[in-house]
Amino acid sequence: MKIGVPKEIHTDEKRVATTPSVAEQIIQLGFDVNIESGAGIAANFSDEAYKEVGCSIRKNAKTLWKNSDIVMKVRAPERHPELAIDESELLSKNTCLISFIWPAQNNELLQKIAKDNISVLAMDSVPRLSRSQKLDALSSMANIAGYRAVVEAAQHFGRFFTGQITAAGKVAPAKVLVIGAGVAGLAAIGAAKSMGAIVRAFDTRPEVKEQIESMDAEFLMLEFEEDGTGEGGYAKTMSKEFIEAEMALFARQAMDVDIIITTALIPGKPAPELITKGMVESMKAGSVIVDLAAEQGGNCALTEKQKVVVKHGVSIIGYTDLPSRMAAQSSQLYATNLKHLLSELCPKKDGIIDINLDDEVIRGTTVIKEGKVIWPPPAPKLSAAPAPQTEAPPIAELATKEKKPLISSAVQQLLLMLVLGGGLFALGSVAPASFMSHFTVFVLACFIGYQVIWNVSASLHTPLMSVTNAISGIIIIGAVIQISAPGIMISILSGLAILIASINIAGGFLVTRRMLEMFRK
Amino acid sequence: MMSQGLVTMSYIIASILFIFSLSGLSHQKTASQGNYYGMAGMAIAIVATILSDAVDSYVILIVALLIGGFIGTKAALKVEMTQMPELVALMHSLVGMAAVLVGYANFLDSSTGLLGIEKTIHEVEIYIGIFIGAVTFSGSIIAFGKLCGKISGQSVLLPARHWLNLGLLIATVWLGNFFLDSAETGGGTLALIVMTLIAIAFGIHMVMAIGGADMPVVVSMLNSYSGWAAAATGFMLNNDLLIVTGALVGSSGAILSYIMCKAMNRHFLSVIAGGFGSVSGGESAVVEGEISAIDIDETVQLLIDAKNIMIIPGYGMAVAQAQHTVNEITKLLRAKDKTVRFGIHPVAGRMPGHMNVLLAEAKVPYDIVYEMDEINEDFSNVDVSIVIGANDIVNPSALDDPNSPIAGMPVIECWKSATTIVLKRSMAAGYAGVGNPLFVHDNTHMLFGDANDSMQSILKGLNNKG
Repeated sequence: MKIGVPKEIHTDEKRVATTPSVAEQIIQLGFDVNIESGAGIAANFSDEAYKEVGCSIRKNAKTLWKNSDIVMKVRAPERHPELAIDESELLSKNTCLISFIWPAQNNELLQKIAKDNISVLAMDSVPRLSRSQKLDALSSMANIAGYRAVVEAAQHFGRFFTGQITAAGKVAPAKVLVIGAGVAGLAAIGAAKSMGAIVRAFDTRPEVKEQIESMDAEFLMLEFEEDGTGEGGYAKTMSKEFIEAEMALFARQAMDVDIIITTALIPGKPAPELITKGMVESMKAGSVIVDLAAEQGGNCALTEKQKVVVKHGVSIIGYTDLPSRMAAQSSQLYATNLKHLLSELCPKKDGIIDINLDDEVIRGTTVIKEGKVIWPPPAPKLSAAPAPQTEAPPIAELATKEKKPLISSAVQQLLLMLVLGGGLFALGSVAPASFMSHFTVFVLACFIGYQVIWNVSASLHTPLMSVTNAISGIIIIGAVIQISAPGIMISILSGLAILIASINIAGGFLVTRRMLEMFRK
Repeated sequence: MMSQGLVTMSYIIASILFIFSLSGLSHQKTASQGNYYGMAGMAIAIVATILSDAVDSYVILIVALLIGGFIGTKAALKVEMTQMPELVALMHSLVGMAAVLVGYANFLDSSTGLLGIEKTIHEVEIYIGIFIGAVTFSGSIIAFGKLCGKISGQSVLLPARHWLNLGLLIATVWLGNFFLDSAETGGGTLALIVMTLIAIAFGIHMVMAIGGADMPVVVSMLNSYSGWAAAATGFMLNNDLLIVTGALVGSSGAILSYIMCKAMNRHFLSVIAGGFGSVSGGESAVVEGEISAIDIDETVQLLIDAKNIMIIPGYGMAVAQAQHTVNEITKLLRAKDKTVRFGIHPVAGRMPGHMNVLLAEAKVPYDIVYEMDEINEDFSNVDVSIVIGANDIVNPSALDDPNSPIAGMPVIECWKSATTIVLKRSMAAGYAGVGNPLFVHDNTHMLFGDANDSMQSILKGLNNKG
């Protein structure tokens, strides 16, 4: 089948749906790839580069659309400025369009395309399953947006990110607050961190704490019991009390930090307003806010879509085209996502796609199948988020069922302690003083052993064992004391014990030494 | 001759040195210092005891000390690092044996002159000391046999084994009562011998029931027992040094066992009770799929193309003695500016820290050797992971198949790397007897053959390609 890749027509859109290196792989799947002349120029891919890997170049957008069985784009179809016709009109019968569609916001567009046996796959609707991660274009783009957000912030921020002590005085490091630790947020954390800033991050979903900390950023805790994890690993709307606590936290942070990057989005809803006008006023002059949610209305009250504005001395960046500003990178990742989708659609590698709706990934991605709107898809069965409790395997239920009727673990512990304590008291009541003094020594030594060993590093387990082995050869003392007691039997037994124990002592210490000599940096 | 005061003082110094020794051993930097502390403590303790008033016949003592020391030194210098688990197990059995012998000697020694409750307590101490010693002894012997393959690694489960254990325990208690009664009148030797036999049977039965995959727990548990045996002997002889040292070793062994159990997500009691795999609720999924084999040349090519390589060694590397070759390959790859790291599962091998010792022996720098938790997050950046003779520790079904016998055990998630090469002798199941879906994973290639031979060929291939 013929794949057509037109030039993007959206103002300032620099991305392109395929790159030469990916086109080569697509051709290997059995497809013919046609590129509109100049489609990759803005992302620094020349027509020649495409030709070299075996793509055909079409001069004219109209012929390209007409002659393609599959059209791959970045942006959803819109009115073509030169041809004065909507791109969706250019689709021939029985063809297939793959691009971002945003079906929830673009219902009108869906209705318009749903005709002539046309199928549409929306890259923004790929379900979030672990299997489909490689086609997840939203994550690819979010990653780039997060990185670029930091670069843009640096551009408008008049100081270093990293702290320095120079001959000309000391420079404090910049403090960056990232709100929303999704893919974009995490990418922003990583980028800001690697530039040397102090990074803090906040998210309503407690399970991302670990991810944030793994990036070496500080997770801002909210003393509040509420889980913001919604369906499909995205966030959901929180309760009123939670939001109040959250806003108070942001207000405190706004006075302290230099840069705020907001990425808070809830699927299908306008972006929540998190940074109020008051907070912007409280920020230091020269601070920067990058609002990645500008497209959906913005997380900051003063954000203006597509623009950089300076208000109360704070630069507020509302670009909605951050991925496009890194066109070469984002085209490469997007193209790879598309290629993975094609290989899912064309398992036989014969250049013919089969939109198999039994496949959960393809079902979720397909919004129009042969002229019929089939969006929204049924809810996905699995989530990419850490398995929620409802999915607990049957064995876990079994285990809890077995345990429940018994005593709860706290009570068990208490009982154990009572039994132990009772035993000790019973012992104390009958044992003579000499025994008790030994017993005291014994118990204290157990605790010392516990304290001393608790933090042993894993690589030393074996040497530790062989040294304790040697040390437990101390039993030789017992034999040495005994050996002078009267009776030949005792002497023989003790002698034997000395022999054995000394094997242990010599062997244990020496082998430990041998082992430790091997450990080296 | 030293006065009692001086002896006691020496004992205190020895105890302190032992504590230093253990705390030194818990960190890489201070480890060898810790070992020397231990030696010093031991030397002080032995010399002080020999010089004390209690000892006046030196011939047997010195001869036994010299022979024993000689044998120990010989063994320590000769042993292969791959045989460390066996050596450790064997040495545990020696401690157990010594405890039994000392117990008997003490029982035969009628010159203690204790009376009434003190005498009873003393006899109980002898009884318990011998019991622990004998269990340690026979258990360690079986562990030794299992580790060097003389005894099958599979868990041997007798019918009604819990009842059997309980029966043995009750018999021991009953015999103890009988022993105390007859010891009043100067007898009791027979009861003591019968009890020793029961304890030996108990030790054998206990370790026989534990499957091979649980061996690290068993070894550290026996380590703990050998400590308790020493402590019990200390009570018996009224010797605080023995008590302190025994308790130190006992609790350190117990902690190690606990750490091992956690690493395998197993409950300590269920390890002791034995029988791996007999507890799971349902049928575990059958592994199906096609295995993709790979040859040496392709492996070499993959390694040359890779930037970020992770090596995951398992017991198979120890068996094949491949650690030196692995190190050579590591050096070569690092010289080519590739990132090479080692990912070690806490229970890889048959003993805690087994892999670390082997890699250290081969002189792999320890700052590229990582623990499972440190590298599991990172596999998405790894181009090639090489699994050398490991199976259960890289089994994805531990995470996603609730019915798998190893469900819930943390594993090294090597399947998340771009490509995984598994070196394996054949398609047999691992020690736990569980099928491994990793082997049929899309990104996994199997390289069959002896791990060392394969690694040698890979090394040659890498050298040829320059």
